[in-house]
Amino acid sequence: MSRIEACFTALKNNNKKALIPFITAGDPSIDLTVELMNVLVDAGADIIELGVPFSDPMADGPVIQRASERALANGTNTDDVFNIVKTFRSENESTPIILMGYLNPIEVMGYETFIDKAVDVGVDGLIIVDLPPEESVEFGKVLKPNGIDQIFLVSPTTNGERLDRICEAASGFLYYVSLKGVTGSNQLDVKAVGDKLDEIRSKTNLPLGVGFGIKNSQIAKDVGNISDAVVVGSALVERIAEHAGNSEKMKSEIFSFISSLRTALDSNG
Amino acid sequence: MLEVNKKIDNSDIDSFKSMPDIRGHFGPYGGRFVSETLMGPLQELEEAYFKYAKDPDFIAEFEHDLKHYVGRPSPLYHAKRWSEQLGGAQIYLKREDLNHTGAHKINNTVGQALLAKLMGKRRVIAETGAGQHGVATATVAARYGMECVVYMGAEDIQRQSMNVFRMKLLGAKVVPVESGSKTLKDALNEAMRDWVTNVDDTFYIIGTVAGPHPYPVMVRDFNAVVGREARQQCLDQTGRLPDSLVACVGGGSNAIGLFHPFLDDKSVAIYGVEAAGDGIETGRHAAPLNAGKPGVLHGNRTYLMEDKYGQIIETHSISAGLDYPGVGPEHSWLKDTGRANYVSVTDIEALQAFHDLTRIEGIIPALESSHALAYTAKIAPEMDKDAIIIANLSGRGDKDIHTVAAHEGITL
Repeated sequence: MSRIEACFTALKNNNKKALIPFITAGDPSIDLTVELMNVLVDAGADIIELGVPFSDPMADGPVIQRASERALANGTNTDDVFNIVKTFRSENESTPIILMGYLNPIEVMGYETFIDKAVDVGVDGLIIVDLPPEESVEFGKVLKPNGIDQIFLVSPTTNGERLDRICEAASGFLYYVSLKGVTGSNQLDVKAVGDKLDEIRSKTNLPLGVGFGIKNSQIAKDVGNISDAVVVGSALVERIAEHAGNSEKMKSEIFSFISSLRTALDSNG
Repeated sequence: MLEVNKKIDNSDIDSFKSMPDIRGHFGPYGGRFVSETLMGPLQELEEAYFKYAKDPDFIAEFEHDLKHYVGRPSPLYHAKRWSEQLGGAQIYLKREDLNHTGAHKINNTVGQALLAKLMGKRRVIAETGAGQHGVATATVAARYGMECVVYMGAEDIQRQSMNVFRMKLLGAKVVPVESGSKTLKDALNEAMRDWVTNVDDTFYIIGTVAGPHPYPVMVRDFNAVVGREARQQCLDQTGRLPDSLVACVGGGSNAIGLFHPFLDDKSVAIYGVEAAGDGIETGRHAAPLNAGKPGVLHGNRTYLMEDKYGQIIETHSISAGLDYPGVGPEHSWLKDTGRANYVSVTDIEALQAFHDLTRIEGIIPALESSHALAYTAKIAPEMDKDAIIIANLSGRGDKDIHTVAAHEGITL
């Protein structure tokens, strides 16, 4: 059983929902990223989504875009991302790690090399934002035998036929993008999200995560009620940026923010 | 991984006009590499485009506006004095500079704006580098009564203040983009973000033959009028086809517009000219087909300028319109198949051609087009006097006089 599958199974048995925070590797620094990952776990994160910085993050809003720029400015490259995972993994065997990024840094390294390195350091899943299933056949063939889950996004505009195709290609869980727009956008409509999740559930048994627009405990609680996992990105990255000058303060702020989301999620039931 | 950056055996290609395939691939290039949120809108656009592209009413309206609003057909002009001075081939200039708004860009914006109208979108957005595509979009938005927002890198806004003011006069809102390198590629990212957020009422008018399917094929089709006219005009004026075509390549829309109708005329040699900036060897250039390698950016697989970790790197060219790290995927395919040759000229060479054409023919060319002219001036002397070159004079140079003056230390 993969770490991601094991994680969701254990949560389900305890009647709990997965909390998946997102941070960008190398923001504010490579060393602090590992420390922050440990803080996230201590505060109650179940899975960590680690952004691989890219110069042209087309699907991200300004907050995550700037995190990517900061990471690249301090020299973070793909090998550094793998090293971050390796260091984290040396102390934590169980928390699944998902890399989220864009295709070009993978393509330039070569699918095989990238996947070999990912397996080697203990990556559990990949979200490649600009690789929809239609373009993913070659990549999927290389990835599949390696036990790493390929996690696909589903959006409000994903129609029936494409939804079928995505459910077929996906593993690990499905990531429902709750809004039209980029990461960090406004106005999440819980009712609309619930309706779409029902439609998706009729087609797959995979756990369903929801992201884009989870800003605070209340939204996390509401979304946790109707899904299997909530992903929080921009609201977290914003706090990292805010306290970039003071790492101790940053870590304590992050701890209390993630703890508050954890408490809210666990209060469902 | 798909085989890219590799010579494709073209002996069994029946027609070079057969691309793209149904999913928007030009061999290994092109495609639709976008986030899930854009897949639905692109599918909707694709359906609308292929429906209306065959619709006689749509075609008639497009052609009507090209004739009466843009001023087509543009002349094919025999540059006799320049040809004589170079002492070789006869050079013919396709005068896209004489179009309304001064460049080929308007062909495409008229087409896409008409499509937007039929799709019921009331708002159009665009990215722009030098501002030519932004002006062409603001122009058609005014003409068809649509709201218009143009994304432009903050750097480019500084460099192209005249075009910024033109867009504002036309009623467009110009949004400065402060992210990344603050140039064209970042403006494109930002326009994509706007589109995905406002897709219900918004049509994204991409200005070049890049981006996700169906943009490369759609923008090509709207610009192919350039090559269709040039082919017929050449036959009418000289009784035969040209020996060579030359066009500058940034994203490559003017080039593909000229080249495409000639692709199956095997006797016609095709040259796309990239910006070598300070020289390919300096690294300060914008020539992905000459010195880049294949990757994925802005929704398509194509040749790119990138570092060893796949981060997109900054480009340099004196011509803002060529200052782009990618290139249309069809050009990547034409390169690998060998059907077209991709060469480059430096800033200095382009400036020389800019001055030569201005002084010898009384035509001030855009700095983009000056790259095509510079390469034309290189090959013409090597050719027979009865050989024919068609160079695409894709835009006029009025917008560039400040850049040229500054380069020569002159304050206007």
